[in-house]
Amino acid sequence: MADRRSFLGLAAVLTACTKSSKAPSVVEQSMAPYGERAAAETNILRTATERTGSIGVGSSTTPLQELHGVITPSALHFERHHAGIPKIDPAKHTLLVHGLVAQPMEFTLDDLKRLPAVTRTHFIECSGNGGGELRGVAGATVEKSHGLLSCSEWTGVPLKFLLEQAGVKPEAKWVIAEGADACRMARSIPMAKCMEDALVVYGQNGEALRPGQGYPLRLLLPGFEGNSSVKWLDRLHVTEEPAQSNQETAHYTDLLPNGKARQFSFVMDTNSVITRPSGGQKIAGGAGFVEISGIAWTGNGKIKRVEVSTDGGKTWIDAALEEPVLSRSLVRFRAPWVWDGKDAVIQSRATDETGYLQPTRDEIVEARGMNSQYHYHGVKPWVVKADGSVTNV
Amino acid sequence: MFRPVLKIALLLCAATAFAQTKYPGVGKPAAADRVKAADKTVMADGRGLPAGKGNVETGRGLYKTHCAECHNEAGEGRDKQWPALVGGTGTLATKAAKKTVGSYWPYATTVWDTISRSMPYNNPGTLKPDEVYAITAFVLHLNNIVPASQELDEKSLPQVKMPNRDGFIPTVHPDVKAKR
Repeated sequence: MADRRSFLGLAAVLTACTKSSKAPSVVEQSMAPYGERAAAETNILRTATERTGSIGVGSSTTPLQELHGVITPSALHFERHHAGIPKIDPAKHTLLVHGLVAQPMEFTLDDLKRLPAVTRTHFIECSGNGGGELRGVAGATVEKSHGLLSCSEWTGVPLKFLLEQAGVKPEAKWVIAEGADACRMARSIPMAKCMEDALVVYGQNGEALRPGQGYPLRLLLPGFEGNSSVKWLDRLHVTEEPAQSNQETAHYTDLLPNGKARQFSFVMDTNSVITRPSGGQKIAGGAGFVEISGIAWTGNGKIKRVEVSTDGGKTWIDAALEEPVLSRSLVRFRAPWVWDGKDAVIQSRATDETGYLQPTRDEIVEARGMNSQYHYHGVKPWVVKADGSVTNV
Repeated sequence: MFRPVLKIALLLCAATAFAQTKYPGVGKPAAADRVKAADKTVMADGRGLPAGKGNVETGRGLYKTHCAECHNEAGEGRDKQWPALVGGTGTLATKAAKKTVGSYWPYATTVWDTISRSMPYNNPGTLKPDEVYAITAFVLHLNNIVPASQELDEKSLPQVKMPNRDGFIPTVHPDVKAKR
């Protein structure tokens, strides 16, 4: 039925074209086997920062200010690599599960696809996202301030199934996940998380993982710092103790003012940011109605409430949360605003289902000091100027 | 390693356990030699370290060949891009905190493991265990953690006490309180 309608529609267009001396471009576009964006949209891109002289170390950020809804297109998913993107032949790639198990097991991708699969929407956020805000280098755009954050629909197998298939022993407390990148990056994951909601995923937004997201297989730890969702996953070592790997000692630990460092601080805290209007954008056409829209997320579970202020935090109104509100996923919030055309400071703050309220930058500095750039989640204000331009504070 | 009969008996045991899983027939039992070849985990107590040894003097030369291009002659790092391996002692509780192998890393085994699996950056996984022990000894010596005469092996490396061994605490979550 739908096919017939669209066929008739196409026929009408074609008829119209033949009547016009100047044919619309629609008939000039081929139906490409793999689609492209509209030409006018191709300037929406990630920004990559690679360390000079070492290809493969660095990150690229998602242009959150340009996105709608909560799903990040796979091609715009942020990346953070420590030793580049490996080329992997999926036919040869396997996942080895060994250590404190009754029977060490090896799974091919075909094996994994035989197991009961789940598809879930989850954000991945780099632990260092927002670190610049903490250091007082406020991001001029949402991409600059929060772009190490993306959200996808992931498909794969619960890690629990694989551990059970190998017969995980009662004394097992950790699983060391290792990737097939050049540095063989490894992280130790607490068993509780492995059995709760950890996934071994091969699908992202309906197709295979992108190479930069761990093709053909990655670990996906909902709500945990991105570094622990090990990409190019090929080994799971079940142990009693963490490995104390490079990444979980030298790097992803949070140094406090007293000189001690928090370790295994996996959970990404409750956070939100207005993406429209936001830094670098301009409200066109002057005073009047403007919808304020943004994203909220928490590693603690579901976002319960998002409030928006348009007077620098003096008063707040509840924003509407777009359904479905999913656990450990981005949530889109929207709030109506009639702008009076004068200077304004707009910001959002989120509360999660545990009751935790997103703090301000000052409150984070008070609790943690300035020495760790990880797990920043402060309220982000934007300045709307009378000419409609929006900047960071 | 095992006699054929024993091998068959072991395989039968494995097959029995295999048949009892919730998803029979999915995945293959991995043989011990397959696991051994893949298992590069080094634990903080030294489990997983291969047999081998190396001393500070040998490490000095190897460091010059494999490490100095990025980490500089005495481990001081280069141009902010390449991390320093030395310095920062006593700075962790200050605003100028500098995290290095010497000032921050809690375990000497992590130094060995990092070099073995991830270094040198453009050719990782190519150093032999003896070379890794030697470079580890040199880097620890640069930090005044071991003397110039030090030789390290799989037994002595885990015994090296790093200055910041007790610098890490479990995470209490959440740790920030916001006022409404």
